[in-house]
Amino acid sequence: MTLTDERSSSHEETAVNPKLERKAHRRESWRGFLHAVPAYVYLIIFFVLPLIIVYVFSFASRSRTGRPELEGWNVDSWTRLTDELVRTIVTRSLWMAILNTVLCLIIGYQFAYWIATRRSQKVRSFLLILVLIPFWSNFLVRTYAWRMLLDSDGYITQIGELTGLWGRMLFTIPAVFIGLLYGYLPFMVLPLYAAIERIDWSLVEAARDLYASGVKAFLRVTLPLSKPGIIAGSILVFIPSLGAYVTPDILGGAKTTLLGNFIVTQFGAARNWPFGSALSGAILIVMLLATIVYFRTGGRTV
Amino acid sequence: MKGTTQATAVRPRTDRWLTLNGWFVFAFLYLPIFVVVVFSFSGAQNVGIWGGFSMRWYERMLGNDQLLNALRNSLWVALWSTIVSTIFGTAAALALDRYRKWVSRGAFDAILYLPVIIPDVTMAVMLLLWFTQVGVPLGRVSILIAHIAFNISFVAIVVRARLAHMDPAMEEAGADLYASRWQVFRRVTLPLIMPGVLGGGLLALTLSLDDVVITSFVQGPGATTLPVYVFGLIRRAVTPEINAVSTLMVTASMILVLTSLAIQNRGQKE
Repeated sequence: MTLTDERSSSHEETAVNPKLERKAHRRESWRGFLHAVPAYVYLIIFFVLPLIIVYVFSFASRSRTGRPELEGWNVDSWTRLTDELVRTIVTRSLWMAILNTVLCLIIGYQFAYWIATRRSQKVRSFLLILVLIPFWSNFLVRTYAWRMLLDSDGYITQIGELTGLWGRMLFTIPAVFIGLLYGYLPFMVLPLYAAIERIDWSLVEAARDLYASGVKAFLRVTLPLSKPGIIAGSILVFIPSLGAYVTPDILGGAKTTLLGNFIVTQFGAARNWPFGSALSGAILIVMLLATIVYFRTGGRTV
Repeated sequence: MKGTTQATAVRPRTDRWLTLNGWFVFAFLYLPIFVVVVFSFSGAQNVGIWGGFSMRWYERMLGNDQLLNALRNSLWVALWSTIVSTIFGTAAALALDRYRKWVSRGAFDAILYLPVIIPDVTMAVMLLLWFTQVGVPLGRVSILIAHIAFNISFVAIVVRARLAHMDPAMEEAGADLYASRWQVFRRVTLPLIMPGVLGGGLLALTLSLDDVVITSFVQGPGATTLPVYVFGLIRRAVTPEINAVSTLMVTASMILVLTSLAIQNRGQKE
């Protein structure tokens, strides 16, 4: 941001004729707008208007066959959000998303810290590439891998039964958890690495010179300095975890329905588009609030 | 960052723990993919059991017309959505980074970021409702429209990051030498932001080839993409053929990552 500010101030210094300058300014702003037009128009038609229509549909009614009808407006779909079933699913989705974010943060932080503190630049770059590959690999394939590993006659199940430590995990909450953790861990590691790698370690040294213990130096210096990465990573993990559909669908069972699956059901078997719209609309509001917190705390730099 | 200062922050015992944790995480990240790849060459009828080396699942994959048709759709959608979203996204990034003041710039900035942070399911619902309401027939075109909609933002973010690190003096020098606006863009700006544009394009390509949720909502009869087709297979029954397709998809994404890294590397050196 500072870079661009300097640039605009240098422009102002060259101002000669205020009238000409204003005209040039107007032309410049027109040009900027023109550059944005293709994306702007596209996103208004295929993003903003669809976003509005979700809320319109959430107040719609259904015909006897379940077809949504844009008349007989009501708030039934929104009041249904407080139903027992919805509350159970929302609570389950929320705690799973939060726990997954926390687990990703704990494992991912140590991992990112380890990579960022390797001495040679070459080793760091190599380790980072090793993180990027699963990050870019197909999410469905990565989830499927666990479907295969946790299968009832798979090796993991056999080991668990042999040692008596765990039973069949597929289609249970732990399986969905493994899938979520596996799926979103790279999303946490990358922003954390970016933040930790940028830390000026002489600050940590200064703290140590002033007789701060290792733990104290970490808590008071390193951790606050990696805050942008923590925030960005948490948002990147929390939002898709909350709306997860593929993972619980492949690895979970009937008792592990999460919000994402519940919404999809409304547009499939349940044929209740207004209710599905209200659920999506609600998730969107939660997401927006989370994002506002993200921008307020300055996580955007990552 | 200098090499010596990196290490002073970590005590040997902590470092041993971090290293252990590090390799454990790498094992966690790679073993599942590795198992899928290995078992795609297994001759056994059952997915999790080794039955000797065999290419039969790859043969069967190549003989599966539905799968090949889905692959063709995937490539068609990925290619066109990448081209369109790269052009739109780059223009949007230029509009935000090169022009500081214009009407509704702030609103555009917000709209451009929203598709990145919105959950897939919500975006899928939005587009399905909109398409049925406006009367866009569900099929290959509706999938393409949806993919462009989420890809523009990702391209714009990547290109913007590149633009932020660019020295504006280069463009000013070009303009001082009587180059027209187009010439400045073509000869100065574009070559400099090219790694960002290509990186954004590759990200768009990957995201398009990856998407399951949004595509499964806006697909039409007979027009599905490879991931959605595979998703359907997995939901019905797990067969070794899925291992073969998965191996293919993982290989493709690895090629994409390495290509994008090579491009970015070249960009940094310049």
